Amino acid sequence: MMQFTTYLMTMRPEDILCPTPSGLCSKTDGFHIDPTRPVAKALITHGHSDHARAGHGAVLATQETLDIMRLRYGGDFAKATQAVPYGERIKIGSSTVSFHPAGHVLGSAQIRVECKGQCIVASGDYKDLRDPTCPAFELVKCNVFITEATFGLPVFHHGNPQGEIAKLLRSVKLFPERAHLVGAYSLGKAQRVIAMLREAGYDKAIYLHGAMEKITRYYEECGIALGPLDLVRGAKKAELAGTITLCPPSANKDLWTRRFPEPLAAFASGWMRVRARARQSLIELPLVISDHADWNGLTKTIRATGASEVWVTHGQEDALVHWCQTQGLKARPLDIVGYGDEDESGEANPA
Amino acid sequence: MNEFAQLLDRLSYEPARNNKLRLIADYLRTTPDPERGFALAALTGALSFKYAKAGVIRTLIAERTDPVLFALSYDYVGDLSETVALMWPADPNARPNCAPPLSEVIEKLSTLGKTQLPAQIARWLDALDETARWALLKLVTGGLRIGVSARLAKTAAASLADKEVNELENLWPSLRPPYLDLFAWLEGGEKPQARIGASFSPPMLSHAIEEPDLAALDPNDFVAEWKWDGVRVQAITAEHDDGIETRLYSRTGEDISKSFPDLLEALKLPAAIDGELLILRDNRVQTFNVLQQRLNRKTVNAKLLAEFPAHLRAYDLLAEDGEDLRELPFAERRKRLEKFVQRLRSDRVDTSPIVKFETWPQLIAARANPVEAGAGEDAPAVEGVMLKHRDAPYIPGRPKGLWWKWKRDPMNVDAVLMYAQRGHGKRSSFYSDYTFGVWTHGDDGDVLVPVGKAYFGFTDEELKEIDRFVRRNTVDRFGPVREVTHTADTGLVMEVAFEGLQRSTRHKSGIAMRFPRISRLRWDKPPREADRLETLEQMLSRAEHGRAPAAPVRKRKTPQSAVLRLAHEGDHDA
Repeated sequence: MMQFTTYLMTMRPEDILCPTPSGLCSKTDGFHIDPTRPVAKALITHGHSDHARAGHGAVLATQETLDIMRLRYGGDFAKATQAVPYGERIKIGSSTVSFHPAGHVLGSAQIRVECKGQCIVASGDYKDLRDPTCPAFELVKCNVFITEATFGLPVFHHGNPQGEIAKLLRSVKLFPERAHLVGAYSLGKAQRVIAMLREAGYDKAIYLHGAMEKITRYYEECGIALGPLDLVRGAKKAELAGTITLCPPSANKDLWTRRFPEPLAAFASGWMRVRARARQSLIELPLVISDHADWNGLTKTIRATGASEVWVTHGQEDALVHWCQTQGLKARPLDIVGYGDEDESGEANPA
Repeated sequence: MNEFAQLLDRLSYEPARNNKLRLIADYLRTTPDPERGFALAALTGALSFKYAKAGVIRTLIAERTDPVLFALSYDYVGDLSETVALMWPADPNARPNCAPPLSEVIEKLSTLGKTQLPAQIARWLDALDETARWALLKLVTGGLRIGVSARLAKTAAASLADKEVNELENLWPSLRPPYLDLFAWLEGGEKPQARIGASFSPPMLSHAIEEPDLAALDPNDFVAEWKWDGVRVQAITAEHDDGIETRLYSRTGEDISKSFPDLLEALKLPAAIDGELLILRDNRVQTFNVLQQRLNRKTVNAKLLAEFPAHLRAYDLLAEDGEDLRELPFAERRKRLEKFVQRLRSDRVDTSPIVKFETWPQLIAARANPVEAGAGEDAPAVEGVMLKHRDAPYIPGRPKGLWWKWKRDPMNVDAVLMYAQRGHGKRSSFYSDYTFGVWTHGDDGDVLVPVGKAYFGFTDEELKEIDRFVRRNTVDRFGPVREVTHTADTGLVMEVAFEGLQRSTRHKSGIAMRFPRISRLRWDKPPREADRLETLEQMLSRAEHGRAPAAPVRKRKTPQSAVLRLAHEGDHDA
């Protein structure tokens, strides 16, 4: 009898956060998480353009995410903003929300929503690997875990980014007359690659495509040491031989590459794990460096949250939903349109 | 194993030949014996294993993974070896740095029996990382397919000591993995002894020549032969303790003996012959299209043998009775060849006739009219002339100035650019691979149908112009491919030159071109005036019925009426 009462008092998770085609929505308390169209009140997990869009009424996010949105969209990207430090609890109507490090990029957060005995965590994008440019992923216990599934197939393993950096440095050594152009998403991946190159002892100037400049300078302002950086814009062709340049992935197929001596196309992305993907984009040096959890990261995290129910968004939902079911977990795919397209680069899925 | 895997991984993405050479040479220089030798064996295709096959892999992965997850993964990745390499469940007990050396892997793949092999492969897969697993599975399933030819790998090895690759090629048949004696030599030691006449040796190839180039050469230095439109082969007959054995190799060294028992019977005397494989009916050489009907068969039956009798037209003798003739001048070898073929007394083998000339104008006339110049009814199977220096030794590879091929003029059509794809390496920012089409009848009037793809023939300046055109006239994008405007009035007409046509079920047009290249850009021509598919079909059927020309015609304004020939990109020298 007692149990029956508890059940009545507990709301279904869908009543607290309702998956709609334009994002997760709290109907009772009037807010959205990472909405894909303009809304009155948006909680934003991180600054990638498929999650953080301009034109909302009020935006709640970490200070870094707000700064990044301002850099990308201008000062008037929202009518009002509120910076929320990691871990601080905020009441919005009947819900208590808090932001927790997601380890994806600088400022990235998982959003925890507690309401009427239910605890839901929306992961945004996350990774459980070390990243010298952002706080480490924090495990948050919950009843319902909403996970991304960008790399939700057991073929994806991102375990050895240092090894990939070593591969890049070996190549620079073997081809000192060629310019190494490393495609990397301009928010997060580029800075992480630079930081890892520094950790590996590479101390020469690293060149930047113009599109990387603002965000990279912002990382430096936040106290992340990236060593000597130079813009490609001012450099002569000959002096770019044997150097490393970070550029948006799309730049590697652009006229822009003609300013380099014998450009060598590299790409730092989890997609590079699959050969056909690398070859299709004519990449010569694929570097498996991802800001998303790989298959083991996803499954390990799902188990560790203690969630009994899992919602799977953007990516390879089918395989992850299947896996959850084989583990006795309730699981469903969410069809939210528009995630997985970081539009600045023209490549799907900032990975 | 890990270093070898990293090499394969890097090679599989590297498009440029010189960079591949450097990657391989760097590996060979820094890797100890016997590992580097086994790697060289793998790269040159010198390894094959009896029991290690793809089926073993399928069974192993099925025992270890959820079938739904495997199916979804395979579907995504699209390649069995790669899917298995990526999703093989890591062994939590695997110690780092316990990857087996390549030599151990190869030794066990060669020696273990059918029953022990699966468990051993599983143990390796447990111990290796993804890249090494992929490399192992490539070894197991056979054929690395990473865009490295045996020749390229040998060139890289030779570069360790600044040796000519041909010097290494001459030794190659005498060498065995892991090539300890080879590497010792390359590092300053003694040169290994060559055994000769019993194994395939890479063929000597020619350079292309054009009429204006002849002026620089002395006609007295050269001997001319017809360039036959067949398949270049090497026939090797060796005497063993248990009798005579004959093998037939393609120009790449592939053993094709099984397909030509009728020809093997005729080769009873120990020797190594270089020549052209042809089909002769009533003593008349058939065109390449006829030969191809025999080449494409998997099984050889009596009917096929009777309808497509194989013939060897010999043009060089590399060894006779265990004696290496390759250092002799061509004229000497030719004499030995003629005598040898007489001794064979077989109507399956003859010598390629000499085309007589004293002055270049005489040779020009002969090339223009093979019927009159001695080829007679065989003229349709002649695709030009070969010029061989009288004093030339037989040098594997493509030495300069000794053998020349002077092919007959190519065919031409005006086609319309339809799709463009970005190139590799230096060309990675240029749209440099072009798919072009010709007009045909569609449901609603004329439409363009793709007939080929070309990525050379143009100058650097023209490449820039085409690239600009492609970027400004893109109508759709598919990954690295752009669809370019191609209507009756707007689009780019390209003159495409090619060596021949073949029927093809893989192409929508039903026709495939041999060696197409862009010979000229026709900015002046509106697409509606480009050629039609019917024109190509006429060219093809004319060639198939053997009504090839007495003389090629260079007139290109009316391709329909041009006298045509169908050529195989002759293996004699290609």
